[in-house]
Amino acid sequence: MRTVFKRTPTLKDCPTHYCPGCGHGIAHRLIAETIDELDIHGRTIGIAPVGCAVLAYDYLDVDMIEVAHGRAPAVATGMKRTNPDKIIFSYQGDGDLAAIGTAEIIHAAHRAEQITVIFINNAVFGMTGGQMAPTTIIDQVTATTPKGRNPAAEGYPLQVSEILALLPGAIYVERCALSSASQVRKAKKAIKHAFELQANNAKGLSLVELLSACPVYWRMTPAESMQWIEKEMTKVFPLECLKDSE
Amino acid sequence: MNERILMCGNEALAEAAILAGCDAYFGYPITPQNEIPAYMSRRMPEEGRVFVQSESELAAINMVFGASATGKRTMTSSSSPGISLMQEGISYLAGAELPAVVVNVMRGGPGLGNISPAQSDYFQATRGGGHGDYRTIVFGPSSVQELVDCMTLAFDLADQYRMTVVVLADGILGQMMEPIVLEKKPSRELPAKDWALTGAKGREQNIVRSLWLGEGVLEKHNNKLKAKYEQIEKNEVLCEQYEVDDAEIIVVAYGVAARIVRGAVARAREEGIKVGWIRPITLWPFPTEQISRAADEFRIFLTVEMSTGQMVEDVKLAVAGKAPVLLHGRPGGGVPTVDELLGKIKQLTLKKSR
Repeated sequence: MRTVFKRTPTLKDCPTHYCPGCGHGIAHRLIAETIDELDIHGRTIGIAPVGCAVLAYDYLDVDMIEVAHGRAPAVATGMKRTNPDKIIFSYQGDGDLAAIGTAEIIHAAHRAEQITVIFINNAVFGMTGGQMAPTTIIDQVTATTPKGRNPAAEGYPLQVSEILALLPGAIYVERCALSSASQVRKAKKAIKHAFELQANNAKGLSLVELLSACPVYWRMTPAESMQWIEKEMTKVFPLECLKDSE
Repeated sequence: MNERILMCGNEALAEAAILAGCDAYFGYPITPQNEIPAYMSRRMPEEGRVFVQSESELAAINMVFGASATGKRTMTSSSSPGISLMQEGISYLAGAELPAVVVNVMRGGPGLGNISPAQSDYFQATRGGGHGDYRTIVFGPSSVQELVDCMTLAFDLADQYRMTVVVLADGILGQMMEPIVLEKKPSRELPAKDWALTGAKGREQNIVRSLWLGEGVLEKHNNKLKAKYEQIEKNEVLCEQYEVDDAEIIVVAYGVAARIVRGAVARAREEGIKVGWIRPITLWPFPTEQISRAADEFRIFLTVEMSTGQMVEDVKLAVAGKAPVLLHGRPGGGVPTVDELLGKIKQLTLKKSR
């Protein structure tokens, strides 16, 4: 008997606290595999967000730091500028990156900070109980949009990747989904490319946006959630490589 | 360089930070401390160190958080409204026990205020403007030389105790030029930074965090911080006093106000008035013991501050009701004169003799 698949070492062998069907588990695994395949475990430092993934350091076995909501790209700047040989990545949700942290991500990209950002977009604020996120889509019902998101009052969903792709300092921006085996394989390629760019000293910021399920706050089953990503979310957040300038 | 050179406060403290081994400076422009980022933008690259002009003070303190977490010596500088923006970051630095130096060149407030010197951030600095139970070490130097000297001490204390050290300057100290000696001061013996994030090669992962959700864990963490702060209160108080023994009036002041007080007290002594002064150099830890001992003899304590009265509360706490504590406060950019303070001292002398 030969082993054809096993847990990748950087992913700790423990149960996570994530909900059934949540995309965080998949995203964590893809990052851990990337770190192991690129053999960068010894020089990687990760930044955990404020959000459901605040305890990511309990699951990813690299040096990690927990920072204030939205500030990860600024913290990453401080870390990378003083330690150019380390691989610095941030892992942020849509509250962290697209709400409170919009200034920080835009300016880190604008300054071409050589960091990798993994952006988990699940169209809702998970940790705090399912409130509207900037990425919530029109008519989506959330804890703070009980009648569904109305653009007249709440504006339109924010397409952060499209905005970042406009900045010269953002050298790689791609949006993927964690909604099916084939999409997950594509997401893995994108994540690996983003980390490889930093490992090869590429002069700019790379970001991979991952459309991810939140079955609990979408009030769907995990299977329905995967459908919803592919049918509804991709209309607003198209799956594509928005920029790859290296 | 051991010769005396003429330098303005802002640039002098920047050069002192470089001498103290500051690896990275992150900051955002705000008057009256713009000379600091400008000077750093030129000097840090010359020394092969890091300078970043951030997009906001909020970003600057978080860049400090990141660099500090990797074991580097790092600082930022700002003025009152910008320091307000940094309070979240300072609370996180305290919770995560990360070393950092924050320079506040104080200006008038509240709100946008003005760009004149003030001492109205005493509460913000010593009571912790951010949330949670924490302290920061606070220096209130009153000359450019003292500002320079406390920069090395600031970085050492930050590393030794794993916390933020706030250096309170003000618009006058930052702008004024004085002859100083800039020399690399010997460092204390400091513990190794084995907690730092340097990549988990050959060791367990290090985690820098301030969130502790487990039952009773945060309470334990807070008590650990409290014990640390008590150590500092025991060991790190710095204070100066002058002609206190026979004084019937003791003037308490720090920073630039203390210089004006020094002039007024000298004049008063010339006129035979029995007055002395106590000058806190560390505002936290506050020289409670020194002031309390001085209050064992009945005398009037006059606190002079460029605010509507903040340090006066700490003086009252130290005096503990043993003697009257009065305030002469000039807020919103007002600066007292020697004549004004001399007049006030004379007024008090008359009061006492009635």
